[in-house]
Amino acid sequence: MADIALAPRRAKTEIREATAWDQLRHNKNWLGFWFMLPALAFLIFFLAYPLGLGIWLSFTDTRIGRVGHFIGTENYEWLWDDAIFWLSVFNTLLYTFIASAVKFAVGLYLALLLNERMPFKALLRAAVLIPFIVPTVLSALAFWWIFDSQFSIISWSLKHLGLITQNINFLGDTTWARICVIFANIWRGVPFVAITLLAGLQTVQPSLYEAATLDGASRWQMFRYITYPLLTPIIAVVMTFSVLFTFTDFQLIWAMTRGGPVNATHLMATLSYQRAIIAGQLGEGAAISSAMIPFLLAAIMVSWFGLQRRKWQQGESND
Amino acid sequence: MSSVQIRDVRKSFGNFEVLHGVSIPIEDGEFVVLVGPSGCGKSTLLRMLAGLENITSGTISIGDRVVNNVQPKERDIAMVFQNYALYPHMTVADNMGFSLKLRGAKPEEISTGVKRAAEILALTPLLERYPRQLSGGQRQRVAMGRAIVRDPQVFLFDEPLSNLDAKLRVAMRTEIKELHQRLKTTTVYVTHDQIEAMTMADKIVVMHDGIVEQMGSPLELYDTPANQFVAGFIGSPAMNFLKGNVKVNGAAYFEGPNGVRLPLKSAPANSDGQPAVYGVRPEHFTIADDGAEAEIVVVEPTGSETQVFAKLGGEQVVAVFRERHLFNPGDKVRLKPDPSLVHLFDDSTGKRLNS
Repeated sequence: MADIALAPRRAKTEIREATAWDQLRHNKNWLGFWFMLPALAFLIFFLAYPLGLGIWLSFTDTRIGRVGHFIGTENYEWLWDDAIFWLSVFNTLLYTFIASAVKFAVGLYLALLLNERMPFKALLRAAVLIPFIVPTVLSALAFWWIFDSQFSIISWSLKHLGLITQNINFLGDTTWARICVIFANIWRGVPFVAITLLAGLQTVQPSLYEAATLDGASRWQMFRYITYPLLTPIIAVVMTFSVLFTFTDFQLIWAMTRGGPVNATHLMATLSYQRAIIAGQLGEGAAISSAMIPFLLAAIMVSWFGLQRRKWQQGESND
Repeated sequence: MSSVQIRDVRKSFGNFEVLHGVSIPIEDGEFVVLVGPSGCGKSTLLRMLAGLENITSGTISIGDRVVNNVQPKERDIAMVFQNYALYPHMTVADNMGFSLKLRGAKPEEISTGVKRAAEILALTPLLERYPRQLSGGQRQRVAMGRAIVRDPQVFLFDEPLSNLDAKLRVAMRTEIKELHQRLKTTTVYVTHDQIEAMTMADKIVVMHDGIVEQMGSPLELYDTPANQFVAGFIGSPAMNFLKGNVKVNGAAYFEGPNGVRLPLKSAPANSDGQPAVYGVRPEHFTIADDGAEAEIVVVEPTGSETQVFAKLGGEQVVAVFRERHLFNPGDKVRLKPDPSLVHLFDDSTGKRLNS
């Protein structure tokens, strides 16, 4: 069989011991470090540094145009006795709680609706995103007009229908103003919740619904026992984000009411801006912003522990 | 337990008809396997039986009741899905007890039912686990457990073994058959694997392109396939087909490709010169001096038997021998089909010609 002449073997190159530098060059962690560096730099310069600076500022009496000195917790002590600050905390909690709850309910409803088979499905899904695509300030300006005390289309329509005789002072009345800004926030935030939950719904295997159908589940039972539990991880993530975005909302309020009337719609973010930038009290404004951190951390913790509980998602361990 | 009657059932998706009038009688306690290549409509038929698809025309009855317009949950059937469709967020026990819970059974009733099914399937130690923590075979058993708990009139299986590895598939095959012998519940089982069909079924229904090609017991189908499709589908390695003409020249014989002369026990009446397809199963070849000359191409010993691929009249055929022949590629052998076991099919319609 061996009738083919084998080529003479080439002399092997001498084997050389790997130097430390060779080892480092082939070390994946070392390479990984360099790949990670841009992201790390980005996070440090644009997130960690401003956050640290903000917290530091809150312990100083810095004003615009004047370097501040460390004054300990004086800013916080001052805020503790400030009724307007406490009003803004209350407003923020109210705003976040109501807006998030409604966004969740409406978003989930829309997601379930869009998950059904229906004509023009793709078009409808795209349409749902519109409030999310429009720049916030633009939609805020639109709402400003919709809720204008003289030219409001709502007042106009209701008057023409004969339901009211006088214009409603939407943004001038404390209760109405709160309702209006919350409504605007909901309008803007629903698409995010709806589309994300829709994505979650589409990960549920259709065969689970078929199995449940054969097991005798009604539509409601399918939602209650299959859809909702399978959606909880996504709900936790979406609602955490939604709460964080709502809690720190600034643009909508500033464009629509600037915190008025009588501070009824002042959120912590808008109050902080007003004190720090408009009034020039950078230290005090920073203290208001820093006061948001515990609330935000609490929101993250809730979802973190909410996510942890779901044992069924974990890997193939035998615990 | 109930009988099931499928009568002239048709199914269209839009203008496209996928089932062209299928009728299958299923007796009480029978294990029926629907088998066919993918796209033959077998899964659609099963889903219609389950109530997951509408019936375009014809009737399906379970027991004495026509179920065309009966809701799936009222049909008293249980189904095992190909991907098992276990609820990932429920433990094994909750998965199995879900249907009872929906029916409003008391917690004690549920746990009794679940325990009974778990014992049958040896799932008791796994009851508190989640589907993710189970192996493929265990998930398969949970899916069956979920069906057993309901104590239904009919079990439906939709390719339940195709996600398992080869060894486990063989083991589960036996397990399902044993379960059926024990529970004696009417079972309809869909598969594309003819070995599964042969080993498990009381009755096999071979489907192809939306029609029933043949139904009968596994050995009936194996011994007397009604047409060339069934002949080629059932059996592994598949039956050899050789084209040629029937000759009645004193004694009947078959003139195969390139004039190869193949034996026939008898020819159908008035068939001299008729073009036909000669079918012979690989294990029905013997080596004999009066056989047709063939050249060995490949030899595949499997230990228990030897598969021999050879050129017979220029066509490749496969023969299986229990004996260990020591052939080499290029060797000439004389292959002789057993004339009492050969099949003859019509050249154009594929219908069986000999009895």
